[in-house]
Amino acid sequence: MSSHLNVVGQSVRRSDGIGHVTGRTQYSADRSFPGMLHLKMVRSPLHHALIKGIDLSDAERVPGFVRALTAKDVPHNRYTILSLIGVEPEEEFVLAEDRVRFKGEAIVAIVAETEAAAFEAVSKVHLDLEELPAVFDVEEALKPGAPIVTHWGNNTFMYEGHPCRRVRFGDVDKAFEQADYIVEGVYNTSPIEQAPMETTGCIAVPEANGRYIVYTNTQALYFSLDNTSIILQIPGNRLHFIGGTVGGGFGGKVDVIVEPIATLAAILTNRPVRFTYSRSEEMQVSSTRSAWRIYMKDGVMKDGRIVARKVTSYADSGAYSRQTPYALTKHAANAAGPYNIPNVSIDAYCVYTNRQPSSAMRGFGITMASFALEVQMDKIAERVGVDPWTIRFINAYRNGDMKPHRKLAEDATLIETMQAAATLVGHELPDEFKAMTSAPRDASHDGGRE
Amino acid sequence: MASTIVTFELGGREVEVMVKPMTTLQSVLRNQLGFTATKEGCRQGGCGSCTVLVNGEPMMSCLLPVEDVAGQRVTTLESITPAEGLHPLQRAFLDANAFQCGYCTPGMVMISKALLDHDPAPSDDDIRQALTGNICRCTGYRPIVRAVQAAAEAMSDDAGEQAR
Repeated sequence: MSSHLNVVGQSVRRSDGIGHVTGRTQYSADRSFPGMLHLKMVRSPLHHALIKGIDLSDAERVPGFVRALTAKDVPHNRYTILSLIGVEPEEEFVLAEDRVRFKGEAIVAIVAETEAAAFEAVSKVHLDLEELPAVFDVEEALKPGAPIVTHWGNNTFMYEGHPCRRVRFGDVDKAFEQADYIVEGVYNTSPIEQAPMETTGCIAVPEANGRYIVYTNTQALYFSLDNTSIILQIPGNRLHFIGGTVGGGFGGKVDVIVEPIATLAAILTNRPVRFTYSRSEEMQVSSTRSAWRIYMKDGVMKDGRIVARKVTSYADSGAYSRQTPYALTKHAANAAGPYNIPNVSIDAYCVYTNRQPSSAMRGFGITMASFALEVQMDKIAERVGVDPWTIRFINAYRNGDMKPHRKLAEDATLIETMQAAATLVGHELPDEFKAMTSAPRDASHDGGRE
Repeated sequence: MASTIVTFELGGREVEVMVKPMTTLQSVLRNQLGFTATKEGCRQGGCGSCTVLVNGEPMMSCLLPVEDVAGQRVTTLESITPAEGLHPLQRAFLDANAFQCGYCTPGMVMISKALLDHDPAPSDDDIRQALTGNICRCTGYRPIVRAVQAAAEAMSDDAGEQAR
C-alpha cells in the first residue's frame, strides 16, 4: 500500500461516533422551542371517497386547540416532488380538496398547544365522506371499467404520450421465432416500508427577520426547501432549512411531506410548530417501496445465448406518483440486466391504484428488475442444461456493448465480479471463464457473438 | 384531570416533576427534563430505543407512567456517561462501529448495561437474547453483538486489575 494512503485499508473512526454513543447527537425531534405547537393530521379512513363536508366545531372547542388548516389555506395546494426536474402533471394535494384517493390521505391539519390536545382535536373532526369503489391491483386498474384514480382519465403515468416507458432494441418477435427455447416467468414483489428507527419529522420556527428555520430529518434538503417554496409561494431565501443527522432513511425520507405544512402552520400562527410522524403514520401512510409485477419472456439458443428478451412490468405507484415515474425509467434501462441481448422490448407501466403512494427505497426500480431477471437466468440455465454460473458468463455484457436503451457499456464488471465471487465461495470455474474479461469484444479473435 | 407531583432519582440526584396522569417516563425525560438521549422510535413498546434502567432493570420508558417510578432509581444514557471519557460499553460501541444512524444506540447501550450488570460474561446467545427487544435497521446487529462481547471483556479486565 502506497505510504501516502492513510485511510484506504484502515478502520477509521466516524466523526459522529462519540455523539451516537453518548446520546448527544441531536436528531430533529430532540429540539424544543418555547411556545412550540404540535401539528397532527386528520386522515381519510377510506381508500377512495368524495369529501362532502368537514365539521370542525367540536375540535375547535378542545382546550389547547389553536387552529385547523384545510386545502383552502395552502397557497399552491399541489405537491409533485419531481416537478423540480420537469415531471408533469401536478397531481397530489398537500391537503385533500374534494376527493381522497388512499386510506390515510391528509385532509385537515390540526395545530394545538400540546400533542395531547392535537390528538384530541383530531379525534373530534367529523368528516362527511361518500365512499367510491377502489382498486388495489395493477392489472385490475388497467382493465376497462376500473375505478379511475387520477384526474386525467386513465390509471397510468404518461411517458411522452405513451402509457408506459418503452425500450425497443432489435426485433424480438423475429428472434423468438428463431430461438430454440422460450422461457417465461412472472415475478411479484411486495411493497416494503423503509421503517427508519426515527420517524419522519420537522420543526418550523419563525425568526424575527421574517424568515423560517426548518429543522428537518429529510434525506433531500434542497428538494424539501424548493418544494416548500413552491407550495407556500414564498421565495426560497425566506426559508432556512437545517438538516443533519438522519435517524435512518433508506429512501423513506426523500418525500417532502412534513415540511410544507409545518412551515405554513408556523407562518399562520407565528409560533414554532413540530410535525413528527407517529410510528403508525410511518408504517401506514408514508410511501413504501412500490409493489411490482414483472412478466419476462426470453428466447434462448441451445448453446445458452439469450437472443431475445421481452419484459412487461407494472409498478404500483399507489394513489399518487411521487418518485415512481422515475423508478420506472431506471427500471426500463436495467430490465435487460447486465447481459448482452441483441433483441429487447420493454414496456414498463407506472400504475395508479388506491394504495398508499410508493416512492424511493434503496435502488428502487432496479432491485425488483434484478430479482426478476436473476431468477429468470436460473430458469434459463435449467432449461438449457447448464449451471447458473455458465449461463451468466456466456451472456455477460462487456465494455463496448450497446445496451438496449442505447447506452454504450463503459463500466462493465460482471465477469470480474463473478470471478471474485467464485474464488470467495471456493467454486472452481472452467479455464475459459477464468480467462474472460470485460474488455471490449474483438470480432477478429473472440469466441463471442457475431 | 389535575396534575400530580412525582419525585424520583435520576442519575443520582432527586428530581421533581409535575405531570398529568399517565404521562410516560419517556415524555418526562425528553420534554420536561431535556434528557433526549432516550429516543422515541415507536411509543408502543416495539423498538427498544427508549430503554432506561429502573432500579437496574431495563424498562421501555414509552410504556411506563412516570407515577410508577415515584421513589425509584432511574438511569439513562446521560447518567452512565462519565464527565471525561466513555463508559466501557460506549467505548466498545465506538470501536466496533456498532451503529450507523445512531438512533437505536442509546437503547442498545442501556439494554447491554443491564445484561452485563447481571452477567459479566454472557455468551453470544445470551447477548442476542438480551437484544431481542431492541431494533436496529442499519447494522444487521453483528457489530452490536461484537461490541457487547468486547465491553464484557474490557470490564472483566478492569475488575481483575482492581481486585489485584
